[in-house]
Amino acid sequence: MLLEIKELKAGYGEIQALFGVELSLEEGSTLALIGANGAGKSSLLRCITGLIRPTGGQILYNKKNIAAYRPYDISAMGIAMVPEGRRLFPSLTVEENLIMGQCNKREQEWTLERVYDLFPPLKGFRKRMGTELSGGQQQMVAVGRALMSNPRLLLCDELSLGLAPVVIKDIYRTLETVTKTGLSLIIVEQDINQAIAASNSFLCIREGEIVLSGTRENADRNLIAKAYFGN
Amino acid sequence: MPDTPQVKSSFSWQIKKPIAGPIILALAAVFCAVFPLFGSTGTLRLMNEIMALMIMAQAWNLLAGFTGFVSIGQQAFIGIGAYGLFVTSIETGLNPFAAVFLGGLAAAVVGILSAPALFRLRGPYFAIGTWVLAELFRIVILNTQKFGSGSGLTLARVIKTIPREYRTSGTYWVALFLTVFTIFLVYFLLRSRFGLAVRTVRDNEASAESVGVNILRIKFIVFIISAFLTGCAGAISYLNTMFINPYATFSVEWSALLIFVVIIGGIGTIEGPFIGVLFYFFLRETLSDFGTWYIIALGLVAIAMMLFVPNGLWGMVSKRFNINLFPTGATVVMKKG
Repeated sequence: MLLEIKELKAGYGEIQALFGVELSLEEGSTLALIGANGAGKSSLLRCITGLIRPTGGQILYNKKNIAAYRPYDISAMGIAMVPEGRRLFPSLTVEENLIMGQCNKREQEWTLERVYDLFPPLKGFRKRMGTELSGGQQQMVAVGRALMSNPRLLLCDELSLGLAPVVIKDIYRTLETVTKTGLSLIIVEQDINQAIAASNSFLCIREGEIVLSGTRENADRNLIAKAYFGN
Repeated sequence: MPDTPQVKSSFSWQIKKPIAGPIILALAAVFCAVFPLFGSTGTLRLMNEIMALMIMAQAWNLLAGFTGFVSIGQQAFIGIGAYGLFVTSIETGLNPFAAVFLGGLAAAVVGILSAPALFRLRGPYFAIGTWVLAELFRIVILNTQKFGSGSGLTLARVIKTIPREYRTSGTYWVALFLTVFTIFLVYFLLRSRFGLAVRTVRDNEASAESVGVNILRIKFIVFIISAFLTGCAGAISYLNTMFINPYATFSVEWSALLIFVVIIGGIGTIEGPFIGVLFYFFLRETLSDFGTWYIIALGLVAIAMMLFVPNGLWGMVSKRFNINLFPTGATVVMKKG
């Protein structure tokens, strides 16, 4: 098991966002995390990457509890995130944004050339400021930057946010290629169909708790809708 | 702590080095180095003031312009640097020119000790925290007999041990060395991978941290460098006047002046503080005879610049003529090694 989360509790000050979340992920598999706005999906990803310190429970990555680790330590262990809204560094060029992915000094499998092969349009824009690109191109930079950190586990938060359907399709197709290399993936999405289609299994989260889990094959739309919206 | 995998890079870094800025700076430094041979004492004193302010402005710009930490307590480091010089020179008889660096070290030590508390504060709270630090030192020095209390200290006795012809020129050469050192240090720092990381901290701390940037380390290094340089500049500034008192030394007017020159010149650029300092001294030397009107004029200039030239004088020139003497970004390339 690459990632195992047990009884995870976390929040923002006095507001609790996660109430005993349990999750497990096999190496090389893809998990979709679905849920409505404010369900706790992004909070869960932020806990895994160390951006939020959990108030209880364990995050076992490679059998090591990383719940108290700093984000840069977690990055150095091979967990990368594509944040919601891309969050490119506005004062850096496309190439500099990509290079920043290598800050964690992990052994390099992903290189600039490999990222440009994966996202050919980026090569032509390498000297342009990241924020001057279109939304889809910025998302490519964000995914490329995460890959440049040579992750074993990639967390993608709302990849489709604000993008045209054709661009979303392209990005997901690219992710499919990447997962064939053995990369594990957690996808957070509000677009249920997109997320489940791209994953081996799914979890539905509501009000900070896992309310439904299943595999792509046994995904029941009625059950998911009930879990997603509650009563 | 987690195991960090071994670094095994298949790439080496090559940084293009635009040479226009460094060459202009080197030529200017050579000219300035021989200036004391024919310049008057009054002009040398003015140059010392200019160079001290340039160092302080570069240090504040590194902290606020490039890293995003707006400090309004730089006078803490100016004062500690200056008092460090005065106290060590008076008490130990150490050559005051050498003591400039001790002043810088004293400021760096205070930076190291205060950083853990200050880094818990963010945005405006960090700014206020630095001001509180300065006030703290002002009050301590005001109530310490050894530091001259409110009456201050003078270097008159120490300076007599230095031959008359070297008194101003010695300060000048130390100031020149530190000005050139500061610009090259900031320039090469910002052009390194460390410099990229510095800018990501300014852009978005959470994103920087999640791609593996140790933001606390970055902040700490930048803060200490800034404190050291500001301390050295403070020491130069008061070595130039040879008299120090806690009211003027720890006055928040220092930070106001630094913000003024950096904003006017162009924040977040290496050229900006240069231009801003020269512009400020031009205004001061031409308008100071008008008394209170001079202060009002400075304020009006600042407001007008922020409204009509928000990127500062250098930002305007750089955009108009597409020049960048000290580029700090967009030039990193990778080559297979």
